[in-house]
Amino acid sequence: MIELIVAERCTDCGACIEVCPANVLDPGRDGLPILARVEDCQTCFMCELYCRADAIYVAPDCDRRVSVSKDEVLASGRLGQYRKHSGWDEWAEHFPNEQWLMEAVFRRAAEAAAQPKARKPGVTGQK
Amino acid sequence: MTNSSGRAEKLSSSAGSIVFDADVLVLGGGPAGTWAAISAAEHGARVVLADKGFCGTSGATAAAGTGVWYVDPVPERREAAMASREKLGGYLQDRRWMARVLDQTYAQSNQLAEWGYPYPADEDGKPQRNSLQGPEYMRLMRKRTKQAGVTILDHSPALELLVDGNGVVAGAAGLRRQKGDRWAVNAKAVVIATGGCAFLSKTLGSNVLTGDGYLLAAEAGAEFTSMEFSNAYAISPAFGSVTKTLFYSWASFTDEQGSVIPGASSKGGRSVIARALRKGPVYAQLDQAQAETQRHMRASQPNFFLPFDRTGIDPFTERFPITLRLEGTVRGTGGLRIVDDSCATTVPGLYAAGDAATRELICGGFTGSGSHNAAWAMSSGYWAGQGAAEFARQLGTTIGRQAFRRGTVGLRSGSGQPMHGGALARSVQDEVFPYELNYFREAGRLGDSLRRLDGLWSEASNAAASDEQELLRAREAAAMLATARWMYRSALARQESRGMHRRDDYPEPDDRYLHLVTTGGLDDVWTSARPLVSAQYSEAAE
Repeated sequence: MIELIVAERCTDCGACIEVCPANVLDPGRDGLPILARVEDCQTCFMCELYCRADAIYVAPDCDRRVSVSKDEVLASGRLGQYRKHSGWDEWAEHFPNEQWLMEAVFRRAAEAAAQPKARKPGVTGQK
Repeated sequence: MTNSSGRAEKLSSSAGSIVFDADVLVLGGGPAGTWAAISAAEHGARVVLADKGFCGTSGATAAAGTGVWYVDPVPERREAAMASREKLGGYLQDRRWMARVLDQTYAQSNQLAEWGYPYPADEDGKPQRNSLQGPEYMRLMRKRTKQAGVTILDHSPALELLVDGNGVVAGAAGLRRQKGDRWAVNAKAVVIATGGCAFLSKTLGSNVLTGDGYLLAAEAGAEFTSMEFSNAYAISPAFGSVTKTLFYSWASFTDEQGSVIPGASSKGGRSVIARALRKGPVYAQLDQAQAETQRHMRASQPNFFLPFDRTGIDPFTERFPITLRLEGTVRGTGGLRIVDDSCATTVPGLYAAGDAATRELICGGFTGSGSHNAAWAMSSGYWAGQGAAEFARQLGTTIGRQAFRRGTVGLRSGSGQPMHGGALARSVQDEVFPYELNYFREAGRLGDSLRRLDGLWSEASNAAASDEQELLRAREAAAMLATARWMYRSALARQESRGMHRRDDYPEPDDRYLHLVTTGGLDDVWTSARPLVSAQYSEAAE
């Protein structure tokens, strides 16, 4: 659920208040959006995608609140990660839409399903 | 085509409400709703679109990536695309509808390309149009909807339909959550595109999908079909919302002790996972994905990895706890029954599109992947918008027509009992989430559950939301409750296993049930059997 808006980064553009499909945020008096109804957050990450200031952090836990350290989140490089990897705004050239690769993923999934499972654990994950 | 003077007209403000006059009102701003609005506008209608959240981010598509049932118009490929689904769906599909959805989806996907959707090309330069990134797609659809001259009301959930003295739909009324007031739209036709019902299970993007459109349509007398095909469960990390069951094709599933669970699989072995989850935690690790597949997964679906990256779990090398989240009718095939090619419902002036409408016509009793639902949303949205515009045109002037509010549960004080939406929603979840009730169905357990659900309905139907803040939650919970009762009544009526509907007491398909189950009603829920239109095709395919 949405747990943090970094005040120093927020430009008070109001986009997160507008785009949140669950109406979680309210405009605040001092300019910053307020996390008014976090319990309604569905953890869809859309607010992050629309935040051009990369000021919003949605914690992965969708069922309960977790405490989040601003310093840790700032240091982690996760702010703006989804917008960047989705190739939005200034990232369009660097991370083009590769959704079409799903076709290859689907095909391999079908091939994998058709074959008897040869269990070969321990393939190292490369990011 | 539309022109600037074709906008829906704002009539007046009275009693804290903003009132619009339109030809066509579309409820819901996901893919089906936006396509319906654009189509209605292209056919000359003045259109208002009201979305519960924000048109562009709201719903199951916007937050995800989806395949699209886009098949080149080569007869053999089309034939294979249709044939491949028939067994899965239990031979309940309609070939004529499958063919027209394939045609329509092909045309509309190509339209999206003309509008500037950034379809990628493969290594050979061939455009790839069989999948869409949800956020990008819906951002474009919002833009095109506005450009078509449609008035969009965001954060404006509908609460009830308006009907005239002859029972013809005459608009709808609802809340403007961010303005703290109400809206009403007098319209000559209404398209329900409010999505399915996922029972607030937190499956990605689906918590706005609580069956609201079903409830208000039922209050106007609409019928439903295939509601027994409503028990899709998706695999997700136990803590997270991101459901992408396909990626678990490369998973091994283990129990608490780390032993492999025999037969557990994302496809064809999900029931094994459900049974194991009743005994204890189940873990997954995507250890069968090779490096290239891993790269493709990450590049094509960046949101899948958010929960993992943020908890410091590498899903390829570490095991993590999983759960099954109910997707209900969002990935089921049940919904409003449509009666003709324009996606009209049984109520005059009321049309249905997308997940709010049944997908039995192309999917029968099983969807399994988003691609058919995405194709259906485009196609049915286009047809429903066109049908609604045509209905409005034929209706002519409606000056002086009286409109009556059709909303019931939660909206009118009866016994004066307060209705608590949150508590009611949890009571409904207790009946539809458990695998032993919904995944593995059996007459005794379904019957007991229905008695509890009917009891909840008796209480709710005499209660009213305590205040304006509670109104939306009360209506959502009532819609979930009504949906659960249509689901289980239909599930009892189908005494066999077919498609995604599985009965412990009738584990095999039974040809006596090679028909469709219609349901409806609020205080008294009924079911009836309807013969297949395409029976001759189905038999040939078997």
